[in-house]
Parts: sequence; C-alpha cells; structure tokens
Amino acid sequence: MDLLSLSAVELSAAIRAGKTTAPQALEAVLAQMDRMEETCHCYVTVDREGARQRAETVQRQIESGVLRGPLAGVPFAVKDNLCTQGLRTTCASRMLENYIPSYTAEAVGRLEAAGAVLVGKTNMDEFAMGSTTETSCHGVTRNPHDPGHVPGGSSGGSAAAVAAGECFFALGSDTGGSVRQPAGHCGVVGMKPTYGTVSRYGLIAHASSLDQIGPMTRDVSDCAAVLEVISGHDPKDSTSIKREPQDMDFTGALREDVNGLRIGLPVDYLGEGLAPQVREAVLRAAETLRDRGAIIEEFDLELVRYAIPAYYTIAAAEASSNLARFDGVKYGYRARGPQGLEDMYRKTRSQGLGPETRRRIMLGCFVLSAGYYDAYYLKALQVKGMIKQAFDRAFSRYDLLLGPVAPTTAPRLGENLADPVRMYLGDIYTVSANLAGLPGICLPCGRDSRGLPIGLQLIGNCFQEKKLLRTAYTYEQAVRESIPPTPVVKLPETH
Amino acid sequence: MATKITDNTIDYIAALAKLELTDDERRRAAEDMEKMLDYIHILEELDTAGMAPAFHIFPVENVFREDQVTNGEGREETLRNAPVEEDHMFVVPRTVD
Repeated sequence: MDLLSLSAVELSAAIRAGKTTAPQALEAVLAQMDRMEETCHCYVTVDREGARQRAETVQRQIESGVLRGPLAGVPFAVKDNLCTQGLRTTCASRMLENYIPSYTAEAVGRLEAAGAVLVGKTNMDEFAMGSTTETSCHGVTRNPHDPGHVPGGSSGGSAAAVAAGECFFALGSDTGGSVRQPAGHCGVVGMKPTYGTVSRYGLIAHASSLDQIGPMTRDVSDCAAVLEVISGHDPKDSTSIKREPQDMDFTGALREDVNGLRIGLPVDYLGEGLAPQVREAVLRAAETLRDRGAIIEEFDLELVRYAIPAYYTIAAAEASSNLARFDGVKYGYRARGPQGLEDMYRKTRSQGLGPETRRRIMLGCFVLSAGYYDAYYLKALQVKGMIKQAFDRAFSRYDLLLGPVAPTTAPRLGENLADPVRMYLGDIYTVSANLAGLPGICLPCGRDSRGLPIGLQLIGNCFQEKKLLRTAYTYEQAVRESIPPTPVVKLPETH
Repeated sequence: MATKITDNTIDYIAALAKLELTDDERRRAAEDMEKMLDYIHILEELDTAGMAPAFHIFPVENVFREDQVTNGEGREETLRNAPVEEDHMFVVPRTVD
C-alpha cells in the first residue's frame, strides 16, 4: 500500500482496520522527509524520536479501542508559531531561536488527544509577517511543485509539507490569508474558520483581532475532520465563541449538493491585476458549480480597494503592541553587553527581530502614536466596520462568495520582498475575510502553464463553515478526474 | 497627500518601538514608511463620519474567573527559558542606582 497516497482520514481508517500501523505511517513520512527536505525545507524542527514514541503509544491505544477517531495515528505538522510543550517554538525568528514552551497550544493539544501524531514544526514568515515564507530566520521554504518558486506564506512550511507528503495534514494560522494563500500556491486545501471558532491559546500573537488557526489538508474531507477536532469553546481564550454542537458537525456537511445555492462573484476580484490563467480557472470552477445547480452571479462587493490599507494599519498596530513583549528579560534572545536596561531592550530587539518585523512594528507605533491615532488607526477601524457592512449586504443576497485566493500563482523566490506595497497587494482577495471575521476556504482548481497550482477561494458568512465545506466538497468531487486531490509531489530521483 | 517622515519622526518612532537604527536603516525606514502611508491615505476617500470604530467584529465581554492556579507549578520550566537567571530570578541590568 502506498501510504503517502492516502488522505488523513483514509490513513486512520486503514490503521484502525489493521491494514497498517501508526508507526508505519510515521516511518513513511520520515522517509519522505529524507527525500524532500534538502530541496523544500518545510520544517524548522523535526521531532523524530518523540514522534516515534507517540506513534507507538497511539497504536496501542487504537488497538485497545481507546482511540477511535478519524485522525488517530495520523502524522501531522504544526506551524512554528503554535506552542508545543518541550519542543522548540521559534516563530521563525532569531528572537525565539531557543524558546522551549512550557505548555501546548489548545488546537495542537486537541489533535494529540484525538490520537494524531505530531512530527514537527514548520517554517513560516517571521512572526507570520509575510506572504512568501522568505522572511524566516531559518531560510526559505521552496514550493514542492517547482523549487524555484515560493510556497506562499506565511504558513508556507505547512502548505509545502502537506503537498510534499511530509505529513498528512498541518495547522497554519491566518491573519490576512496566511492559511488560504499558501494552500493555493501549493495545491492543497486550507481553511480559515470564523473568528473565535478555534482557540488561539498558545498561538503566538501577530494581530489578535484577526488571527485564526486553520487546517491545511490534502482534501476537503480531511479539512472537515481536522476542523471538527480543533473547534470549540475554550475558556483560556477570551474571544473563543460558544457555538452549537450541530453547527460544528463539519464532517456532516460533506455532501454533494449545491442545488439552488446562490453564489456571488465580486467583480473586483476578477478584474485588474488578476493573472489571465488564474481568472480562467476560477471562472471554470464557477461554471462547474453552475452545472451542478448553483446560481452564479457577478456583483459589486464595494470597498475592495480599501481592504489592504485598512488591514495593514490594523495588523501593524496590533503587532507593534503584541511584539512589545520581546524585551530579552524572561525568555528569548538577549543582546550581549548592554549599557543599562533601555539599551538592552533596544539592542535585543534590533538584533533579534528581522527587517520586515521591524518595519511593521514601526508602522504600528506610528499609526498608534499621539497625533496620528485618529487619522490612521481609528480611520482604519471605521473602514473595517464599513467593509463588514458591505459583506452583510452581500450575504443578504448570496449564500457564499467565490473568487481567486491570490492574483497570481506562486511567485519566483526573491521576486516580492523588495517593495512592501507590492508584497501587500498579493493579499487583496484574502484580507477582507479577516477584517470581517468570515470563514474562507481555498482548494485547488487547476494549474497554470508552468504546472503551478491555482487556488479557488470560497468565502461564507460568519458561522457558515458547513456551507463552505459542502460547496468545496461538491466541487472537489466534480473535478476528481481532472484535478485529483492528494497531490503528493515527488521530486525526480536525482534528489 | 504625500506624507513626509522627518528625522525627528523616525527618532520618535524608533524610541516608541525600542529599536536602534543605523543611519542607513533610518533612511530606508523613512522611505518605506512614506510609501506605506501614501498608500494608506486612500482611506481618506471614504466618508466615515458617524461610523463607530470596529475594534471587534463580535460583541466581546471581559471574561472573569476566580483567581486560582489551575496549571500547576511551572517555575523550573519557565526559568529554563531565561536568558540570564540566578537564584530562581531573572537577572537584568542595574535599573536603580
């Protein structure tokens, strides 16, 4: 049996049926890492021995009937901004290069309790600030579909690890598109749930009012299964929402049915700046759903061009506040030989934080400073409210919205870093869902002429994950032959 | 409206951010910030009068709990991450003369 060709849910079923074991699945993943890591560099830390012990324990618990869930025995990876007790958690920053958390993030803990086996921590943009995984202090991650290209970001390591078969699923975090966009660039499924659905406890904060943890998986069924495990109220996160159990029965939404579903295509998501091949693939996906009975209509979402400036103002403001904790006192990097406390703070932060992180902290300090607070920060929050209202109007007419996840397929390495505004524009189709707290899912809808994956994005109203999953599942089944799921990339033998 | 970031502004921002910048970094930071602020300025096209700032999308309330320790004693693990530690305390440069 080629274990790596299975989805997470299929693998767990095979383990529970005695056709394979959790240790065998883990060894298959570790062997794939040996083939792929030198080229792709998806991981920052791999915990081989710890994972082997966990796989043995989980196998016994599966055999004794203690673990029966759909992820039991499945090897998974976690973005390196989620705390893992006893396992280095760096946020891809020199600042946290040797940080060993004393506790585990709630979402990771829930997966481990369900019998999933943590194999390691994946690369990312430093403190999740970036769209290419190039701002990592550990070096770049390469796109398994073409190592000359980035995997997207900031959860680029997680997306690439899933695509490369170096894990069966992964967790990412999405502040402005950081789960959905890399999923699109790597040809996997990525979902950002409604704000407050997954506990942020143990997620190292970037912009707290926008951050949300989400699954990155090989197909839509895996996405639903992972989301079902990690969702749910957590008293340790004050923004965690109490949702009804039937509202979080995500695997129950996996039905082929879009009959009569009203889907809106924002015209501004299909116009200027969008690569023609991406546009074609996205419109073809809309046609596929129309053929299955959905009602497709173009409409004016309004305010689209204001989402990025509002987003970067708010995200930078919150980041400048959240990252004030990195002062070299209690944990993390500390500069040597400082002249007093102030000097220690300044030297520690200047040496420990990378250029993009410092750029955003300074922008955040500026928009929050006396004299500019109203003109920039409050203004951006007002615009955020207007954007939310525009979505409310859209969802009074449509069940969900459909569009691309990014203007282009994965850029070449080094192409996007030089000009911040250009880099930020790549997030144009994703940031609005964060500003308005909405759930969004990205799934593969084809490839460009270079063979790079194209991502389709569906955005739903708050708490409508099930509608998104049902539509995504219907689409995935419809294109099973032409765009097969579980795209495990295998590099040529020379590697 | 083009925003001019003066030397004084950069010094002020660096002080707020607790960052130390070289001359070259100061110049680049000013350029980057001007570029980003020029872009952010398009928000001024929108009339937001009367619009409440949307700090949160959903109504949030402060969550209170009894002040009881529930996560056990973690002193050793916590201090293991300290850059400099002595007698179970964090060591910092002298702050009071």
